[in-house]
Amino acid sequence: MDEGLRSELSKQGIFTTTLEELYNWGRKNSLWPLGFGLACCAIEMIATSMARYDLARFGAEVFRPSPRQADLMIVAGTVTKKMAPQVVRLYNQMPEPKYVIAMGACAISGGPFKQGYNVLKGIDRFIPVDIHIPGCPPRPEALVHALMTLQERIDAQVLTGPGRPRHMVADQPADFPVPQFGEHDLVPSKNPDVWKAPATTVAG
Amino acid sequence: MSPQPASYLTLLLLFAGAVLFALGPLLLARLWAWKFAPAKPGKDKNAIYECGLESKGDAWVQFRSEYYLYAILFLIFDVETVFLLPFAVSFTGLTAGAFVAMMIFLLLLVEGLVWAWKKGVLTWR
Repeated sequence: MDEGLRSELSKQGIFTTTLEELYNWGRKNSLWPLGFGLACCAIEMIATSMARYDLARFGAEVFRPSPRQADLMIVAGTVTKKMAPQVVRLYNQMPEPKYVIAMGACAISGGPFKQGYNVLKGIDRFIPVDIHIPGCPPRPEALVHALMTLQERIDAQVLTGPGRPRHMVADQPADFPVPQFGEHDLVPSKNPDVWKAPATTVAG
Repeated sequence: MSPQPASYLTLLLLFAGAVLFALGPLLLARLWAWKFAPAKPGKDKNAIYECGLESKGDAWVQFRSEYYLYAILFLIFDVETVFLLPFAVSFTGLTAGAFVAMMIFLLLLVEGLVWAWKKGVLTWR
């Protein structure tokens, strides 16, 4: 519908919408996160869901104990290489459409433990992350901001056409490959469909 | 006075409305899912949920049937406590008949305990 006609109609007290907008409006206001804390960021996540910061204002307070009922994964904390396969597997078990918030320095890059032999340098090497929150740990306000940003993203999603979500594309596989424990590192060490190594420049 | 057929028609209409009210949203949801949320099964997604780990072993675990003895012993003491407390509370106001009945009841339970004791259930192995 033409935007001008729409605002004209709304001035006359006539509200117009589309099924897509209605659907996205419902979805963005009822995100169900997976109750899933990995390290200290989880404490901030718990604080966010409690009365003081009150995540329930955004309809996202129903932390689910099973991935089958969740559509938002908040990766809150350090992802060790021991834990990474489980994280990817839980993500695979969530029903579509699903979203990921990588919370804190560890989840987005490995953080202060980046040089550790056992720490994954960012969960975005294996699963598609929608929102990255920096901070060590990020304050609850940061998580609320991330959630609001995600809500804006969901609101702008289209269901048909070239920009349609992954689960509407028939030839996209349902599962992301789960890494295995190799001799020295996870095998594969990253999912090239999801993560590209940043371009490096050689000095001189 | 016989009931009018028209009054039953109202009931029928209400019933149809109730069924539609219940089934309509479900049908709409199914229709929406068919068009905009097609099923996307996968190996991991169809697997048993076990906190991210792959499940090991079989869910058909066997228990020893001898545990029934512990259940019976528990019942003896449990039932005894349930009846002994009101018995003790109202002890002074009881008739001789009620007292004898309670003693017979206790005797039956103690009999069970003696049987279990002789069977060797009370020794922990």
